[in-house]
Amino acid sequence: MTGFDWLFFTEVLVGGLLSGVMYSLVAIGFVLIYKTSGVLNFAQGAMLLFAALTFVSLTERGINFPLAFVITFAIMVALGIAIERAVLRPLVNKPPITLFMATLGLSYVLEGAAQLVWGTQVHGLDLGIEDLPFDIGGVFISQFDIFAAAVALGLVVALSLFFRYTRIGLGFRAVADDQFAALAVGLKLNWIWASVWAAAGLVALVAGLLWGARSGVQFSLSLIVLKALPVLVLGGFDSILGAIVGGLLVGATEKLAEVYIGEYFGGGIESWFAYAVALVFLLIRPAGLFGQKLVERV
Amino acid sequence: MTLFRSFRSTALAASLALGFTLPNVASALADEQHFPLQSYRVGPYAAGGTGFFGGFIDYLNLINTRDGGVNGVKLTWSEGETQYEVERGVEAYERLKSNPGVAAWNPLSVGIAYAMIDRITQDKTPLITINHGRTDSTDGRVFPYVFPLLLNPYSETSGIVNYIGSKEGGLESLKGKKIVVLYHGSPYGKETIPIYELLAKKYGFEVQQIEVPHPGNEQQAQWLTIRRAKPDYVVLRGWGVMNPVALKTAAKTGFPVDRIIGNVWSNSEEDVIPAGDAAKGYTAITTQASGAEYPVVKEIVKTLYDQGKGNLDDKKRIGSVYHNLGIVNGILNVEAIRIAQQKFGKRTLTGDEVRWGFEHLQLDQARVEALGAKDLFHSIHVTWDNHEGNGYVTFQQWDGAKWKVVSDWIAPDWALLRPIIEKSSEAYAKEKGIKIRTAADVDTVTN
Repeated sequence: MTGFDWLFFTEVLVGGLLSGVMYSLVAIGFVLIYKTSGVLNFAQGAMLLFAALTFVSLTERGINFPLAFVITFAIMVALGIAIERAVLRPLVNKPPITLFMATLGLSYVLEGAAQLVWGTQVHGLDLGIEDLPFDIGGVFISQFDIFAAAVALGLVVALSLFFRYTRIGLGFRAVADDQFAALAVGLKLNWIWASVWAAAGLVALVAGLLWGARSGVQFSLSLIVLKALPVLVLGGFDSILGAIVGGLLVGATEKLAEVYIGEYFGGGIESWFAYAVALVFLLIRPAGLFGQKLVERV
Repeated sequence: MTLFRSFRSTALAASLALGFTLPNVASALADEQHFPLQSYRVGPYAAGGTGFFGGFIDYLNLINTRDGGVNGVKLTWSEGETQYEVERGVEAYERLKSNPGVAAWNPLSVGIAYAMIDRITQDKTPLITINHGRTDSTDGRVFPYVFPLLLNPYSETSGIVNYIGSKEGGLESLKGKKIVVLYHGSPYGKETIPIYELLAKKYGFEVQQIEVPHPGNEQQAQWLTIRRAKPDYVVLRGWGVMNPVALKTAAKTGFPVDRIIGNVWSNSEEDVIPAGDAAKGYTAITTQASGAEYPVVKEIVKTLYDQGKGNLDDKKRIGSVYHNLGIVNGILNVEAIRIAQQKFGKRTLTGDEVRWGFEHLQLDQARVEALGAKDLFHSIHVTWDNHEGNGYVTFQQWDGAKWKVVSDWIAPDWALLRPIIEKSSEAYAKEKGIKIRTAADVDTVTN
């Protein structure tokens, strides 16, 4: 191992872990909806784009940051309720693939609507956090990435507390465990679904702002979903903790792979490497690291 | 406009179905020349699409409004949305080609252009790939209908290396230097790999080429690799979101922005504004200057935008890089028609006649000035076998608010590149069984 640059390795690893946190932020939105309704919401990326574009367009029209955040959140809540009414409610009791296809269609509608309402222009977004490196023992770490990691951690803690200690959070868990039993004890399924879509809208807004500050608010934000899918396979589709751990694993492995073995494959391998890892993982542990193992009577 | 066009094509198709004889479409529609536009106004690259096609349409509209068309021939256009997707582009081609009097195709997409080459060759209509496309289509002996006007990817590479050489005190000073090329993981991004290798060998610099997978919204690994390689310069050959992310990640990993040189698809406002302060001091190549101070742009503002007839929704984008590229593209298309009219008559021309016009598209600096485009672009000199037309390049630096030109007009090393282009085009001709044209074939025109 003589000559191996451990400092550089550490830098790639830390950078990968911090990138992974950004993937986790997107994956949490998927988990919220999957956990309560069993739907893989392919429109999460489009929601992220819609939220970020709405926020930045409002701030560019002179609305201050906190007010723009509140207005955008209100719009995302309204959107969540509208999706529940117009898309999910008519499809109750339909097979999961039908619901998935509905969210696929929804993603196109949202992408088109976002560009129709706010235009196609690319926007810069400054959250006031410098994206410059600071040096820790020779390892460069981005201040912005640290901030994003702190936000993700805060979100996970808040969501965990919410699910464990609030009445509505417990309602979410009841619906996730057994929809029919939840209905039998008087929980309003439609209201819970609308609420969870609104919560996913909040996650989309937070993730959209962080990704938007990094890469600009533009259409490609909706493609971020592609980064979240292997995270979900690794961590489990219904575990918030799994989304975090899966994100860290995907971020670290794809960066290390790109740097250390990328050249043997012609470079640019990180786009598919995470999927290859996820595929292998599916064969070994189909429910993911923290996902619930489904046992069904047949 | 579109409805009218579609009504007219339906009427034309109906006439044909009923057995009416139309001896010559051109004579039947003697006062219109049509541009079918495979535009992209929604989707991931809509910002570029709206700017470019907006500028192109603005110029066509200016010619109609100010001059009454080209020698009385009105210019018309119809749009087919592609979202920059190849299959949609091909579908739009098949749908729009039935419009009478088609002058030329301008898809502004490498993928769509590649998919159209066989079709437009069969249909004998020019395909314009300004600043992009396949490099060997420069060779008009093999590609009679394809025109990578102003700048093909190899010339762009040569221009960038010449510029870096000039910054270092001459090309001989490149010896021992190290250049990293960060390229988009697509056929477009990979097009210049061999030419960088060739130029590295010729001038004695070391080159390392690193791929960024599409779309490029995550580049931590690539920039850490760059930091470890410690290059003197990084050439950014990006597209879309890859560009601002590259600039931000460079800042994050401590690489100086004034050592990054962008290629021609990394040179717009859309590439730098999202990067914020990280883009200040970034330099990129261009074939056309940005800004609204050029007479032709001022005329567009006065004639169209002040009358509420401009194509851009956002007036702040007038004079932006993509808008000005669209205007320059408009100038080149219109002048090709004007030149062809001098030979074939002031009427609607066939696609093959417009091809002849492009093959004689020679605008020196005096003519460029007369067109109101002095310093907007340099000049062009297309011939039957050189479909690029020896475009000059310049370099612009982003100061945080606007682009500022920081170099003279620079000529790529065309003599060095030509044999490589011919080798590639001849191999293509052999593979496809294409007979290589000679100068004698140029005037053979289909009516």
